[in-house]
Amino acid sequence: MKFWRKPLDLDQVEIPRGEVHIIADRCKGCEFCVEYCPKDVLEMSTEFNAKGYHSPIVVKPNECVNCGLCEMICPEFAIFCIQLENRRLVDQEIESFEPETTPRMVAL
Amino acid sequence: MSKVIERTIDATEHPISPYIRMDRMPHIWCPTCGIGTVVKCYATALDESGIDINKVSIVSGIGCTGRTAGYMNLDGFHTTHGRAVPFATGLKLGRPELLVTVFSGDGDLVGIGGNHFIHAARRNIDLLVILINNFIYGMTGGQNAPTTPITAKTSTMPFGNFERPFNIPHLAASCGASYVARYTSLHVRRMTKAFKEALSRKGFRFIEIVTPCSTLYARLNKLGTGLNLINYYEKSSEIRNGVDTRDIDISFQDKIICGKFIDEERPTFLDMMHDHYKRTLGDRYVPMSNEGGMIRE
Ligand code: SF4
Ligand code: SF4
Ligand code: SF4
Repeated sequence: MKFWRKPLDLDQVEIPRGEVHIIADRCKGCEFCVEYCPKDVLEMSTEFNAKGYHSPIVVKPNECVNCGLCEMICPEFAIFCIQLENRRLVDQEIESFEPETTPRMVAL
Repeated sequence: MSKVIERTIDATEHPISPYIRMDRMPHIWCPTCGIGTVVKCYATALDESGIDINKVSIVSGIGCTGRTAGYMNLDGFHTTHGRAVPFATGLKLGRPELLVTVFSGDGDLVGIGGNHFIHAARRNIDLLVILINNFIYGMTGGQNAPTTPITAKTSTMPFGNFERPFNIPHLAASCGASYVARYTSLHVRRMTKAFKEALSRKGFRFIEIVTPCSTLYARLNKLGTGLNLINYYEKSSEIRNGVDTRDIDISFQDKIICGKFIDEERPTFLDMMHDHYKRTLGDRYVPMSNEGGMIRE
């Protein structure tokens, strides 16, 4: 989750979790998913897929919050997300938590 | 809350695949073209509305967007250029129980087929019309469209367009459409919600989606790729529900006013017809059954 300050009940916050799947050979490398994933879970790969495009790869699998945005915006039906159990933050994450002062707001 | 799509962990197929003819993928749309996003949102809206897809049909004309009818796993018509609305009108009048969606581009619906569009809205024919506006004729080679903003370059206006473009939501509203909305292909959630809402309404429902065309519009105007256009939508679109449709013209690379502008119930063409004949003919009038006049299963 992104917050503009550190919430006092951070240890109680339940975070949704998703598992993102990429059908790499269907991707045409538009980068929409990489650009608009709110948690920067994805990055463009340097490898080529069968069609000669760069497809995304999952670089921060634990950060995915199952928002489904990548799935909605992908024009190629090449990426989707499956809901997993919610999770709580571990102590280490709570300690190193840094609020985001200027979050990027996108009206969707 | 919307229905959550039941998913098993199957990493090989996309959850929306029952609605798309996956054997025909990859589709022909260019990399960074936004049409696929709109198709995805429409399929999601159908899924979340829980509508029986055997009762939905989709009609497209010619053009890049016109391919949609062939790609969706619904009964579909891929009609002649500009004639999606008259085909859909006939389908709706012949089989009133069907939910008919017209899914086509700006050049097809308000260029070649402009007259049909106007009269279907005037009669309030029970159709959901999804118009993908990429400001240009895509498939035929980047010609000037009736939506091309002033000064934008097209292959037939290499020094920039000087014709005044249509403000299509205003056109639909002034002809009497009962639901009018506009979004860009970045507004995936609002767009899906609008599709769902429009699916549950009656009458002529019109939704315009501004969508990037990377290969022609962006290239001829040196605007980069579809991703650059999506970034432009992010910066320049403004949600203003209920605003007067007279004020929502789109100028070249300028503000795009989005939102739901009109949502009101009016009697549809079929309602008016039944009422009128019942009144004038009395018992002599036998209305056609809901399943249509000729076709019986
Ligand atoms: S579901 Fe949301 S958080 Fe997860 S990868 Fe997709 S866009 Fe990112
Ligand atoms: S949105 Fe789809 S097509 Fe575009 S880069 Fe991501 S996975 Fe590939
Ligand atoms: S020509 Fe334009 S509208 Fe047609 S598929 Fe390519 S990017 Fe999309």
